[in-house]
This record gives sequence, structure tokens and C-alpha cells, in this order.
Amino acid sequence: MPGIKDATAVVGIGQTAFAKQLPESEKTLACRAILAALDDAGIAPAEVDALASYTMEETDEVEVAKAVGLGDLTFFSKVGFGGGGSCATVAHLAAAVATGQATVGVAWRSRKRGSGPRPWRNTAVQLPTPAQWTRPFGLLRPADEIGMLARRYMHEYGATRDHLFNVALACRNRANQNPAAMMYDRPLTREMYMTARWISEPLCLFDNCLETDGALACVIVSAERARDCRQRPVYVHSAAQGLPAQHHGMVNYWNDDPLTGPAWTAARHLWKHADLTPEDVDVAQIYDAFTPLIPLSLEGYGFCGRGEGAAFTEGGALEIGGRLPLNTGGGGLSEAYVHGFNLINEGVKQLRGTSTAQVPGAATCLVTAGEGVPTSALLLRN
Amino acid sequence: MAEMTKTADASGERGDEDLLSPVPDDDGAPFWRYAARGELRVQACADCGELRFPPRPCCPHCHSFADTWHLTNGRGRIWSYVVPHPPLLPAYAALAPYDVVLVELDEAPRIRLAGNLVSGPDAPLGSVPPGRIRIGARVQAVFAEVNGVTVPRWVLERT
Repeated sequence: MPGIKDATAVVGIGQTAFAKQLPESEKTLACRAILAALDDAGIAPAEVDALASYTMEETDEVEVAKAVGLGDLTFFSKVGFGGGGSCATVAHLAAAVATGQATVGVAWRSRKRGSGPRPWRNTAVQLPTPAQWTRPFGLLRPADEIGMLARRYMHEYGATRDHLFNVALACRNRANQNPAAMMYDRPLTREMYMTARWISEPLCLFDNCLETDGALACVIVSAERARDCRQRPVYVHSAAQGLPAQHHGMVNYWNDDPLTGPAWTAARHLWKHADLTPEDVDVAQIYDAFTPLIPLSLEGYGFCGRGEGAAFTEGGALEIGGRLPLNTGGGGLSEAYVHGFNLINEGVKQLRGTSTAQVPGAATCLVTAGEGVPTSALLLRN
Repeated sequence: MAEMTKTADASGERGDEDLLSPVPDDDGAPFWRYAARGELRVQACADCGELRFPPRPCCPHCHSFADTWHLTNGRGRIWSYVVPHPPLLPAYAALAPYDVVLVELDEAPRIRLAGNLVSGPDAPLGSVPPGRIRIGARVQAVFAEVNGVTVPRWVLERT
């Protein structure tokens, strides 16, 4: 059976500015990012026949299509579970293009999380079912829910706050090289990290991602069409979603091994359909809403064994020149938090050779969506 | 009702009355009804006996739609915990820093209930100093009323 391996490519990327507060609406920002991505690709909006985004995206297909002048759409999908859906937007479009359901797909995310509301503050709308088991007890925010898993991980495997700092520092160092990053001119030191205010012990301020206004988009076409586009194609080599049996979302507390999350499920499918192994990955963009997601994801995607993810971060492993340069635009921790879409575009930049923290000769990049919720991942190559 | 009023008054100045109440769904409602009687029960398959949490319409093992509610001994161990700090909802910010523990039940360790470790049944959130909380510590369920709804809380077996 022919799969989607290398059948499609990302040929355009676009983004707006990233800031705590942008004056324009989410809809306007979405349109700007999409038009920028299409311009980057050299493809006219009227040629677009497929869209994909997140269920949490507020700008719908009708609004986007009529505003930027898309053609007749024959495929459109939205993926659930917040930041777990980022890579799946590209994966759905890759599948659609590879199977002939569409020819030009655009994935996007626009969000005013910097100046807009924090979802966990909403008590009028009852959150999905697990809320009754957690929120009355003051387990209110994603930081609290992931903090619970982080504490247990530290207890079981000897991970320390220094390991989490390694993650925060690598992302901040890359942001300090990226003029578009919100933390471009804000270096981070170990002392700043260790004395920062708590958000949910064991997680401090710097273990948490930014709150950002901004939008991004990318364009997916067939590998054949990609050869005629303006930019060097970045091929979707493998793609996967992951929802493990008996998984419970960010409150994954009710099964045999809460620390083995969706990354493991997505990874099995991703590598099974790839010609590459984790050793072949030159650079990684790993979803970093919270620092502990990095050691968990490093284990899940097979860069190290169970319980070794924290130790993996030692000795500058995540820095440029290290074993696995991480989140080279600064990630959600230090570039922008737009539900992980900036990680996709940064992966494309690395494989074009145009990152502000370029890994020399990068030919393969893993991009992941959020671990700890039903997730997705992409293996990109040039 | 008198009991509820007393609890609310005792904790009123710390803001307990504004804590979120559980909003049960159809599957979860029995848990809260039993909690109101001071019983910590979890859903069990009436055919294969497998305990499951959170409650759901059918058994993921044998696919039976028949269930019972198993009375636990209310004992467990702390599997993990966090200590939230602001920004939080106002009632919780007023109590912060407080603990939220995950308790693995003696009878079904893979069922880990979220709750609060407190110094006694009527003590408020945050009444146990975070430095005294240990993963693995044995705890016992107690029950407290918040806004007329009975919720389980946890006390250390050995203080």
C-alpha cells in the first residue's frame, strides 16, 4: 500500500509578529499568516483547495476562505486536543494531498493567548468530564496537571530542577538568536531560574511557556508540485497521531503507567513508516508548553530509554552542537506560544537552511505536538 | 444542613465557600451521592468485577453495561502532589499555597484520586505544611462539605 512517505512537501511558511498584545483580531492575523505562507510558496490563494487547523481555532474555514479568496475547497479538517493537534494539521493535509482529495493545503493557527483569556479561568462552561475529579480540589491549570506528572517523574527517575533548567535555557538561548522571538533580548541565567516564583511546585515561572498573540501558517502540496515552487521543498517523510489505550488527557492519572503518554504511541507509528531512526535526526522541535514535556518526549520518541530523558539534557545536549539541538527558534518557552505551530515552521526553516540558529547541514527534523494530550508528530526531511 | 452551615462558616473567611463544586456527569453522579454518605466508592463492572475510574458507561475489558459501586476502605498512598501558587481563581488564590495530592487507592493502585491533604476533616486547604508531604505517605479519606456538596479529602495516617 503506498503511504504518504515523501509524497508531499511543505513549500510555504508564514507568520505574523509575536507579542504579548497585538492590535489586530485573530481573524486578521490568520489572514496575514496564510497570505504570507502562500506568497512564500509562490502559490495564488485561488489555488488552495484544502484547509486544516485546530478545534480550538476561532477563525473558521468560511471566514478564512472568503477573506483571503481561496478557491473551491474539497478537504477541510480540524484536530482536537489543543497543542496536541499541531502536527496533525499538516498530517491531515499530507494525507489528503497524497490520496488526491486536494492539491494545495493550508494549515494555520491564530491565537490571542497573550492578551486574551486564559481558558482555565472559565468556570461558566464546564470543562470536559475529568473536571469534576480535579478542579474542585484546586487542580485548575494545565501547569498543575502536568506538575503532578513532573513531580512523580522526578521522584521515580532522579530528575532535578537543573534538568528542567537545561530545557528552559536551551530554548532561551535559541530565542536570543531569533529577532522574532518574544524573549530575543532577555537572556536567562541559572540564578534567575532557581529564584523564580513558583507557578505550581515543582514548576516555576520559567518551566511555563509564554502567553502570545500571533498567527502562523504553512502550505502543503504534492512532491511533484513542490519542485516548481519558489522555495526548497521540505518533505513530510512520516507523520502520526497518537492516542494510547486508556489515556485520559492531561490528567492521565488512571492507568498502569501515567508517565507513558501519547508520544510513545505516535512514535511507534512515526518510525514504523520512516526510513530513519532517532539517531538520524539532526534537529528537533519538541512541544514545550512545560519543560517536563521535553524529557518525557525524548523518551517517547526513542532518543533515550525510560527514565533517561532528564539525563539526556546534560552537557549541552540540547544546544547547537549538542546531541540533539532543540527548539531552535526558541520554542513555546521563549519564541512564542501559538499552540506549537511555530515549531512546525521552525522545522521547515532548519531544512531550508534559513534558521536564525541554523544547525549546519540539517537534513532531518522531528517536530512534535504536545505530549500529555492526544498528540501528533512529523518527521521532515529535505 | 446544620453541619454544612457550620463548615461553611468556619472556613468562610478563607474563602472556602467560593471553591468550585464538582459538576457531575451522568456517569460520575453516583460517586458524589455515595460521598455525601461518607462512603468512598468506585465503579466496578457487575460482570467481570474490574474497577474503573473515571466512571463510564461500559466496561473496557468485558464490554458489560452492568455496574456496581465498590465500597473502598478509603486508604491509599500519595503518588504525587503539586503546590499551586497564583495566578489562580480568587478562592484558590486566597488559600495558596495549598497542596493537591494524587492518592493511589490500596485496592486499585492505578486509580489515583485527586484531592487535598488536610490536617483534619474540617481543616481548610493548605492546612498541612507542604514540607511535610511525601510521595508514598499513607493517607485516609475523610469527608468535608463545600457549598453543600460533600467531597473527599485526605489526612495522613501517621501525623
